[in-house]
Amino acid sequence: AGPGTMSAPGAAAAGGGRSGSAAEWGGFEDNMQGGGSAVIDMENMDDTSGSSFEDMGEMHQRMKEEEEEEEGEAGAAEEEDGEFLGMKGLRGQLGRQVADQMWQVGKRQASRAFSLYANIDILRPYFDVEPVQVRARLLESMIPVKMINFPQKIAGELYGPLMLVFTLVAILLHGMKTSDTIIREGTLMGTAIGTCFGYWLGVSSFIYFLAYLCNAQITMVQMLSLLGYGLFGHCITLFVTYNIHFHSLFYIFWLGVGGLSTLRMVAVLVSRTVGHTQRLILCGTLAALHMLFLLYLHFAYHKVVEGILDTLEGPNMPPFQRVARDIPVVSNAVLNTTAKAIALTL
Amino acid sequence: FAGLADVSIAEDIPVEGEITIPVGSHSPDEDYSTLDEPVRDTIVRDLKAVGKKFVHVMYPKKSSALLRDWDLWGPLVLCVSLALMLQGGSADSKEDGGPQFAEVFVIIWFGAVVITLNSKLLGGTISFFQSLCVLGYCVLPLTVAMLVCRLVLLAGSGTVSFIIRLIVVVAMFGWSTLASTAFLADSQPPNRKALVVYPIFLFYFVISWMILTFTPQ
Repeated sequence: AGPGTMSAPGAAAAGGGRSGSAAEWGGFEDNMQGGGSAVIDMENMDDTSGSSFEDMGEMHQRMKEEEEEEEGEAGAAEEEDGEFLGMKGLRGQLGRQVADQMWQVGKRQASRAFSLYANIDILRPYFDVEPVQVRARLLESMIPVKMINFPQKIAGELYGPLMLVFTLVAILLHGMKTSDTIIREGTLMGTAIGTCFGYWLGVSSFIYFLAYLCNAQITMVQMLSLLGYGLFGHCITLFVTYNIHFHSLFYIFWLGVGGLSTLRMVAVLVSRTVGHTQRLILCGTLAALHMLFLLYLHFAYHKVVEGILDTLEGPNMPPFQRVARDIPVVSNAVLNTTAKAIALTL
Repeated sequence: FAGLADVSIAEDIPVEGEITIPVGSHSPDEDYSTLDEPVRDTIVRDLKAVGKKFVHVMYPKKSSALLRDWDLWGPLVLCVSLALMLQGGSADSKEDGGPQFAEVFVIIWFGAVVITLNSKLLGGTISFFQSLCVLGYCVLPLTVAMLVCRLVLLAGSGTVSFIIRLIVVVAMFGWSTLASTAFLADSQPPNRKALVVYPIFLFYFVISWMILTFTPQ
């Protein structure tokens, strides 16, 4: 991060040089980046990358800033002469000066904000896991705990939940392709990613808010982690039922697998909440949302005509095409009864 | 030094020069002066670099050439050609031809960024663009699979063609995953390789699935 930080104080010196430089030297400490942080700073060179593009970019940057310094000094000299040129000349020079300074200040602020927020070291502790731990937590997410009088420990880890959300996206894509869902406004991928991430982040935030109201002891990262691991049941259910199209099988999986993972989440939350009403509100909401989401994922993207090979053979037999986006609840029920009727006649 | 006091310098010899410390390797200076060379030389040199990396992907040995001089030309070409070939499939209406291109683009680049961030967060020593470069170049086997699938679909679309396409796509998917794992997994601590390989597996699985379910109109 050496060359990058050198250019920032250089620009600061150029900007503040005209108005007394003695006080500006102390400001260097603010401009230096914190040492030893891993920042996604795309301008700086790594030792391992030997590409010349980054070098070129840096050299141009440095040359441009030297030019700006020279222009700044020339502009200062011209400004004094410009007073005699009349109002237009003065405003032109002054305007350019002000714009130049504002640009530099803005650039400095932007790069400081970027280095602060793009500092991925903030997220590093949440990804500190071993494969054995991930596997253990995946299996644990299906086992409801029995001890609800003692607050259960939740691991605040984000690797497992993130991978599970992506797996769910992949499974949804598979399901949408085999059911020939046509999305009119948007893309298949966009819908899948939006649904899964929206559920994970949105419901986590909502339950965290409810937990705050109901005085439950849980942090946001823990809630994200808990709900993320709860999606493991969804992944299994959808993976099986998108390939084997039996409604009864889906209901068994929905109650069994979905129910188990919901019970686990509910038990953990109950162990961390005090008071019957609060427990009821929190766990009722979570259970309802979790189970309904699985139901929605299955029926919104479900195929009526069975057989994967039939759809892949091309448009000889036009499959039942549905717009997956705006399905109101009423038509869902109608379509379900139609599906059952067709299944009975086949 | 007293003996040098009467040394005089002739006035027609210029006493000037550059007092600069030579910085690092010579390659920045060398490349800076490539502005003067003919365009054909630049293009041919870049093409050779891209071609060499393609060869590295097809025969994945543990060499660091792919990592050292990264470039994103190859991934761009592969991404665009894959997106073009996948366009216009599996939809009746003309409107769905457009989003297919953007879909593939977004999947490839967004997926590569996520995998890179993941491997950096797990403690990897590889840089951002190097990882993007490797993941992009390893899409090559899948592009070849797409070509083969399109040719097979020209012949006809039945169960036999589906089985051929399935075998080809699965083989290429395995090749892609192995190739990128060979380059990327070395930069991780040894007990966490599985954590890095899984997202790569998912990424190429999604692309393979898009290739396999492609039906032309």
